[in-house]
Amino acid sequence: MTASSLPASRSTNPFAGLMRGTTGPVIVVVLALLAIWYVSAVLLNTPFQHDIYARAKQTNVSIAQLVGDTLAQERPVLPAPHQVVAEMWDTTVNKAVTSKRSLVYHTWITLSTTLLGFLIGTLLGVLIAIGIVHSRVLDKSLMPWVISSQTIPILAIAPMIIVVLNAVGISGLLPKAMISTYLSFFPVTVGMVKGLRSPEIIHLDLMHTYSATKLQAFLKLRLPYAVPYLFTSMKIGIAASLVGAIVGELPTGAVAGLGARLLAGSYYGQTVQIWSALIMAALLAGSLVGLIGLAERITLKRMGMAR
Amino acid sequence: MNTTVLDNTPSPGPSPQGGRNRPVIDIEKLSLTFQTNDGPVHALSDIDLKIEEGDFVSFIGPSGCGKTTLLRVIADLEQPTAGTISVNGMSPNEARLARAYGYVFQAAALYPWRTIENNIALPLEIMGLSRAEQRERIQRNMELVNLTGFEKKYPWQLSGGMQQRASIARALAVEPDLLLMDEPFGALDEIVRDHLNDQLHQLWEKTNKTVVFVTHSIPEAVYLSTKIVVLCPRPGRIYDVIESDLPRSRTLDIRESPEFLKIAHRVREGLKAGHSYED
Amino acid sequence: MSETVFLRPRGNALILSAATGVLALSALLGNAFGDDFPIVSVPRLTIAAVLLAVLGSAFALGFIRRLPGDIAILVSSLFSAYALVATAADHPGEATGGFWLLTLAAWTCGWLFVERLAAWQAVGLGAKQVINVAIPLLFGIWLLILWQIVVTGFGVPKVLLPAPSEIWLRLTGSVPTLWADFQQTFLKAVLFGYAAGCGAGFVIAILVDRVPFLRRGLLPIGNLVSALPIIGVAPIMVMWFGFDWPSKAAVVIIMTFFPMLVNTVSGLAASDAMQKDLMRTYAAGYWQMLVKLRLPMAMPFIFNALKINSTLALIGAIVAEFFGTPIVGMGFRISTEVGRMNVDMVWAEIAVAALAGSLFYGLVALLEKRLTFWHPSQRG
Repeated sequence: MTASSLPASRSTNPFAGLMRGTTGPVIVVVLALLAIWYVSAVLLNTPFQHDIYARAKQTNVSIAQLVGDTLAQERPVLPAPHQVVAEMWDTTVNKAVTSKRSLVYHTWITLSTTLLGFLIGTLLGVLIAIGIVHSRVLDKSLMPWVISSQTIPILAIAPMIIVVLNAVGISGLLPKAMISTYLSFFPVTVGMVKGLRSPEIIHLDLMHTYSATKLQAFLKLRLPYAVPYLFTSMKIGIAASLVGAIVGELPTGAVAGLGARLLAGSYYGQTVQIWSALIMAALLAGSLVGLIGLAERITLKRMGMAR
Repeated sequence: MNTTVLDNTPSPGPSPQGGRNRPVIDIEKLSLTFQTNDGPVHALSDIDLKIEEGDFVSFIGPSGCGKTTLLRVIADLEQPTAGTISVNGMSPNEARLARAYGYVFQAAALYPWRTIENNIALPLEIMGLSRAEQRERIQRNMELVNLTGFEKKYPWQLSGGMQQRASIARALAVEPDLLLMDEPFGALDEIVRDHLNDQLHQLWEKTNKTVVFVTHSIPEAVYLSTKIVVLCPRPGRIYDVIESDLPRSRTLDIRESPEFLKIAHRVREGLKAGHSYED
Repeated sequence: MSETVFLRPRGNALILSAATGVLALSALLGNAFGDDFPIVSVPRLTIAAVLLAVLGSAFALGFIRRLPGDIAILVSSLFSAYALVATAADHPGEATGGFWLLTLAAWTCGWLFVERLAAWQAVGLGAKQVINVAIPLLFGIWLLILWQIVVTGFGVPKVLLPAPSEIWLRLTGSVPTLWADFQQTFLKAVLFGYAAGCGAGFVIAILVDRVPFLRRGLLPIGNLVSALPIIGVAPIMVMWFGFDWPSKAAVVIIMTFFPMLVNTVSGLAASDAMQKDLMRTYAAGYWQMLVKLRLPMAMPFIFNALKINSTLALIGAIVAEFFGTPIVGMGFRISTEVGRMNVDMVWAEIAVAALAGSLFYGLVALLEKRLTFWHPSQRG
């Protein structure tokens, strides 16, 4: 009988409804962040612009011109959002996708590594989880290591794995994907162990009264219960997998991939290139997580578990 | 609305509080409507009620009749949409700020990171009492609810009944004249409940506080109360007010007496008539 | 534990013991190294094989299933491991069939002991805590032993994977370098960045919480950002703040900020309606409500962020060093030594990082246990 404390009256202002949800505030916050970005760009790029004016012996520059110039430098300290967008447009639409200067090409390299690593990592994670749930010894001996494996800054190993595997002739996708695998198996293992153990005792007892086999109990009870957990951990896993792919691209001598773009950009001071690679990585992460979220919603709806 | 007194005994009568008729709570034409996505819900409609000092008043009724909402309005946890209400002669908001009442919830709502004594100290800290005063009140009220010896325990180390007793001690520690209790024993089993009913009754007799008590148990309401308010749902309204003629001092045995059964019968009739079972 | 305790071995233990016996017996007949170097010509390997064969078959046939038998199993598995490690070191890369059979036998014997430990625990014998630590510890030790035996036995090139013994030698031999790197990366960049990032996240969360509009606007963005590869800002930070540790600390700050923000905000929303009503009936003010109810309630969430951040901070600092450093630092050392193919030094550095990371995490977890002892997940 607890009374919900909803607002006592509804406003007729159409914006009020928008602002009460999350959409309105998110838009406002994003716009505010963009504004801060522009202001920071002007402020951070001003000193260098002054140097340019000094060298060109230009004096009496108007504020408007100063602002315009700071937002149009070739290698700004902080590029303005529109510069990044322009660069992204230029490197995605105006370049052939097979060209090494195409951002699509680099994104594809990173994406394929991410997906391969994620796939292996998820399979591995699910298998380990099944083992841990069904074997007391594995639970006792492996689980503590699964957890402590994540306290190890494993990304530190990335360059070594790449270089060493290259040295013995294994190159290409697989070494990078291994790093992604390592980063993504953990959330999946932990989530699946939790999920496979989530059926209540009473349900397991019910299975017991039907004298169901372990396999039947697994397929009919544990697995369906674990599905929501699997999706939650896959969202974390794919984000981690992308980080692994990007870091895995750093030591390959800046050949290809978003990580390589970051490294090359930092070598040559191409800030616009760094930022566009960064934004691309963010978009990639967002859409990958979003896709899994979509799959989650569809699957859970099919299973009748949607909330 | 039916407010005749059972047995037609003149209402003040030879009651021990004789003469002290200052209303502690005075509610007139009070209504509360919630706006929900499915349209307005009339939680309370046109409530008139006076509660006098030293009364033990029970609100009883089926789910959705607004009994908890009414208690929350008295406690200034909900705002009425129409009508007036005064608590100790003040608005509920002023009364809350003056810490005029103690409130006991359905669950004990003790903080798991505080020991029992520190849980009882919580309102006292907020009121800014001195350490010594806090100690003294904790000790006194833990004694009152028979919890002495459990000061250093954490809530999760105690049984449900003991937790609820601790939460009553916490409400008493504020030393209010008015105690608001929202189905405090609803989650407990019958045996513990009987025991706590007995203890609560003795406590009320000893301290002579005004108690407003929400319940959905007829025996509990009849055993504890001097006045029983029967509410019915859709819209939440008062169906019957029964002044109990049971002696002020009672034991659990009274539940077998014909007088008790008579009142219980009237409450049951009220609940039946006020509630449509079609839904 | 009394002598009368008898544990019926489960299926796994039977299979393992039988395997131990059979493998050790066949190892006795095989060659250890090359074609003309039988196991029986090496005394310690012979002793190990005989021990394993006898114990394995005895257990499988239903004898020695009490405590002394289990201790014998532990001792002989560890002795066999020692014998194998020591012998392999004398003949790197020459191991053949018999040697590997014996390795397998030693390993199944070790596993058998872990099975026995788990079985003890299942019937409530032995100190629960000790066994909980002992099982993963034994697992780790066996992992190291197998790593050592496989690398020396197969003669895996050092460039590909050095043996644990080589890593240990390098670790103890270059303490000053490792310490300097640790100081630069951990004591400066990580600790400073962690404190500043978590602190800022916490303070901003409290501010955001006061403004519902900001809370609704920032929380989805914070959640999104938590899923982004923030580590990519490293090159930008290196450009802005230079090669030295402040740029790494900046990366760490950005990486740790968002998990803290998101977790604290959801933690502050975790107190339930009844508890807030209770505080309202006491006419508690905003700060009293915050300090006495909402912050304690948010503690488990805050510690969740602190734990996540403890690993993120180290990763962030090390990876940021790949983008440019002065000539010291854990990330710098890893990337340069990889270039020089000094893989054992890289592993030594990783061992230090692993140790630092685990200790850091452990410390935060310990603090969590002390401060959120009341939470159901900690009462266990």
